[in-house]
Amino acid sequence: MSAIERTGAAPQVAPVAVSRKKKRRNGTHILLGIALPVALAIGWELAVRYGLAQGRLMPPPSRLFRTLYELAITGELFRHIGATLARVAAGFFFGVVAGTLVGAIAGASRLTREIIDPSLQGLRAVPSIAWVPLFILWLGIFEESKIALIAVGCFFPVYLGVLGAIQSVDRKIVEVGRIFRLSPPALVRRILLPAILPAYVLSLRQGLGLGWMFVVAAEFMGASEGLGYLLVDGQQLGKPDQILAAILTFAVLGKITDGILAASIVPFLTWQDAFAQKR
Amino acid sequence: MLLVESTDKIYPNGTRALERVSMEVHEGEIVALVGGSGCGKSTLLRLAAGLDQPTRGRIQLDGETITAPHPLVGMIFQEPRLLPWLTVVQNVGFGIAGRPKVERERLVAETLERVGLKDYAHCWPRELSGGQAQRVAIARALAPRPKVLLLDEPFSALDAFTRASLHEHLIDLWTAFRPTLVLVTHDVEEAAFLADRVLVMQPRPGRIAASIDVQLARPRDRYGNEVEALKRRILSALDMSLRVRSMGEELAPAAAI
Repeated sequence: MSAIERTGAAPQVAPVAVSRKKKRRNGTHILLGIALPVALAIGWELAVRYGLAQGRLMPPPSRLFRTLYELAITGELFRHIGATLARVAAGFFFGVVAGTLVGAIAGASRLTREIIDPSLQGLRAVPSIAWVPLFILWLGIFEESKIALIAVGCFFPVYLGVLGAIQSVDRKIVEVGRIFRLSPPALVRRILLPAILPAYVLSLRQGLGLGWMFVVAAEFMGASEGLGYLLVDGQQLGKPDQILAAILTFAVLGKITDGILAASIVPFLTWQDAFAQKR
Repeated sequence: MLLVESTDKIYPNGTRALERVSMEVHEGEIVALVGGSGCGKSTLLRLAAGLDQPTRGRIQLDGETITAPHPLVGMIFQEPRLLPWLTVVQNVGFGIAGRPKVERERLVAETLERVGLKDYAHCWPRELSGGQAQRVAIARALAPRPKVLLLDEPFSALDAFTRASLHEHLIDLWTAFRPTLVLVTHDVEEAAFLADRVLVMQPRPGRIAASIDVQLARPRDRYGNEVEALKRRILSALDMSLRVRSMGEELAPAAAI
């Protein structure tokens, strides 16, 4: 296809202009978005410094950052981050693999769907924390039970996402594949997979979000390291700054991992760009 | 030659979409199927495309019975049905992915040039207008150089101006590649402007009510007297086919129950 030179310059002009305008607007958006938390932080800092508030249960930002700094230079923070990240990664991996496989099978075969979907929907209704005691009995209190819980959390959004995406693939586009006599594997690779990709990415991001939620629950059930452990430890020892430091780290890690996941998919979804830009 | 032999199509819900339909389309001929909704014209096209199976009878291309989509039969739908994740060139090359790279690139480039969209080769489908998208769909169907091209109301979603320009375009492409064209339409002007032969279909059950041979030279004048006269002939045949049906229903109301 490279033989055909790209000569369509005219259609390109508009998107560039749009993105430049968009960039400018984005800058203002970011400023507006961070104005409130920054103002609150400065206000609280000043209130504590001038003795208007005590700041014992709600430490001012300076103390929060000092705690973070101390945790960081002793290397302790990174040990906890490492432990938590490893759990999320393992749980996310197993949950996504299972969710994708089961979702794809249920989406492809009506019989399978009718057999397994009601049960899975029933299981989905169980608050996942309710699994904790059972997982501890089955798998012990070490890594296995934690990873299993996170995997359960990631499984359902991915399963539902894949199933829904397969069912909503446009029959008309599948017919194009039939007209060109694609074999079943080619139909999957050239039509079904690209068609479900956007919905799949969305479900992966939801799954990852739930993974971060569940890692906290998992680490509450007796961990000796991890950000969840920092939370419990901070509560037991009465160190609100440590709790807040862990919460802040969760927020940053959650945002970063979601950003990486979203960005790694961008090259495959350039065809959708205009749609995303209009949002 | 595309041959339809006393073909019936009964849908699982009991609808008799086609009853004893027979027709012959010669190589390089342009045949238009016209008729009101429910006359089975799209059903007939889907059978010829191998997308559905006839209940009785058979459809043959050069003596070969069509039971599944055939490599020498292309289809263009009412909507462009482009794959939104492929660029224009990739969409045009979609149906010839199995051919050697050099041949594929030559066919794609040639076809895009023919439909006048060379400059849009690397655009996404979302960047095209409705008329351009349908031209890409035509290019995609033509890229494998089919012997027969089936068109299912391909221009009905376009505005009158775009439609007229696509008519000219289609005739140009036909002149270049000489495929057999079977065109389903409810636009009498479209049929009169394009076809060598117009088959008027009649609903419930769907069958061919009249066949009108068109002996007009090309290029035709869309607003000329000859095309106008032809339009009137097609319209009166359509009118007749509908009147026969309603009379039949009045004469034997009990039979319908």
